[in-house]
Amino acid sequence: MSVKAYSLFRKDFHSELRTRYAVNSLVMFIIVAISVILFSIGTEKISQSLTAGLFWVVIFFSAMSGLARAFVSEEERGTTMTLHLIASPSTIYSGKLLFNLILVFMMNIVIALLYSAFFDAFIIKNFLLFVVTFILGNVGLAVSSTIIAAIIAKAGSKGTLYPVLSFPILLPLILLVVQLTLNSLDGTSFEQSVFELAMVVCYDVIMLAASYMLFDFVWKD
Amino acid sequence: MAWKIFLFLLLSFVSVAGIAFPIVENPIHWYQFPLIRGLEQNAKIIFFHVPTAWLTVIAFLMSTIYSVKYLKNKNLDDDAKSYAAAQLGMIFCVLATITGAVWAKFAWGSYWSWDPRQTSIFALLLIYGAWFALRSSLESEEKRATLSAVYSVIAFLTVPFFIFIMPRIMKGLHPGSADDTNAGPVVNFKMNGNMQLIFFLSLFGFTILYFWMWNIGYKSLIYKDRINKIYTRG
Repeated sequence: MSVKAYSLFRKDFHSELRTRYAVNSLVMFIIVAISVILFSIGTEKISQSLTAGLFWVVIFFSAMSGLARAFVSEEERGTTMTLHLIASPSTIYSGKLLFNLILVFMMNIVIALLYSAFFDAFIIKNFLLFVVTFILGNVGLAVSSTIIAAIIAKAGSKGTLYPVLSFPILLPLILLVVQLTLNSLDGTSFEQSVFELAMVVCYDVIMLAASYMLFDFVWKD
Repeated sequence: MAWKIFLFLLLSFVSVAGIAFPIVENPIHWYQFPLIRGLEQNAKIIFFHVPTAWLTVIAFLMSTIYSVKYLKNKNLDDDAKSYAAAQLGMIFCVLATITGAVWAKFAWGSYWSWDPRQTSIFALLLIYGAWFALRSSLESEEKRATLSAVYSVIAFLTVPFFIFIMPRIMKGLHPGSADDTNAGPVVNFKMNGNMQLIFFLSLFGFTILYFWMWNIGYKSLIYKDRINKIYTRG
């Protein structure tokens, strides 16, 4: 199953490379979002907690902009039926999830780099905590976004519905990772943040299990 | 029929008792409630605020249960039950938010302070608002039922976190939060015997009211659906 999932991922990856949608549109979206925030702030100095929050705001909206493509592009190109034939639902979900994971990681590394460059308060004092938060948070983001993308691919007003559906599901994750990011900017020790990290791990595991179980229902017509 | 009359009497008694019974320093008669520091006359809102919040969770739990049933059996009646429960849940969620905001105004000074429990009831409003938005964007009946059932299950996974975990571990103003010294379950909240009785009667009465409304709600949805089908079949 994982070989098939990996080949599905490679198909998506190559077709994205061909059109370079991800590189062009998503990176431009990230740059535009960060620019809007910088313009709104002007010369004001913003606190660390605000910077931590804004970091995840940009991550959330970039994810909303980019992650629906995994399923919506299949619907648009009419290749959904082919996918139905060649693989079982969980294989397809694994392939799409892998693709979205890679996409989320790449986008968020760009966002983190831009934030370090342009925001004064974004100086990471506890780097290990930041890296662990980053990885766990991105996994949670990718998992939840992928299952919601599968749901809205079959719905009507896809673009507007996607953030509306995803935000409440992602809210527990966002609350936790904003607090953890603030901790890593502050320099709070790893030991003090273990509780929140454990909750993020719980969220990731629960969402992953639920997504696999529910994807069958979404996928079958 | 008899139980409807009983319910009417019960809820009338609860409403009158909740609003009219006086709150005095040292209650002597059975119809007097004790004075609670910080709340004084406004403590009576507890008889209406807690049941609405409780019913929100019950309604959404039932909505998810019937969603799971629908996913197993593909019987559209279960979808109607789920929808009726979600409608009621939404109404009670709005009521809980409003009564909570009113209580917050005289207890904490402002209508909305992003206290964890206020944040979580707002998140619940968002979840179920999104659920209704999803339903209205889907045309085909079966697809609508299936996809909204899936979303209902996913959304319900976050509800225990919002209702039971988050407000208890975070520091906040609402009773039962992390820095609440007179902690414990809300009921140990310095209510005396007869106040607790009225409170539980209120909870009980509102729960029965909810089940009655849900019953009527889903039956009317199912009948409307069947009538439509007969009409369109010609």
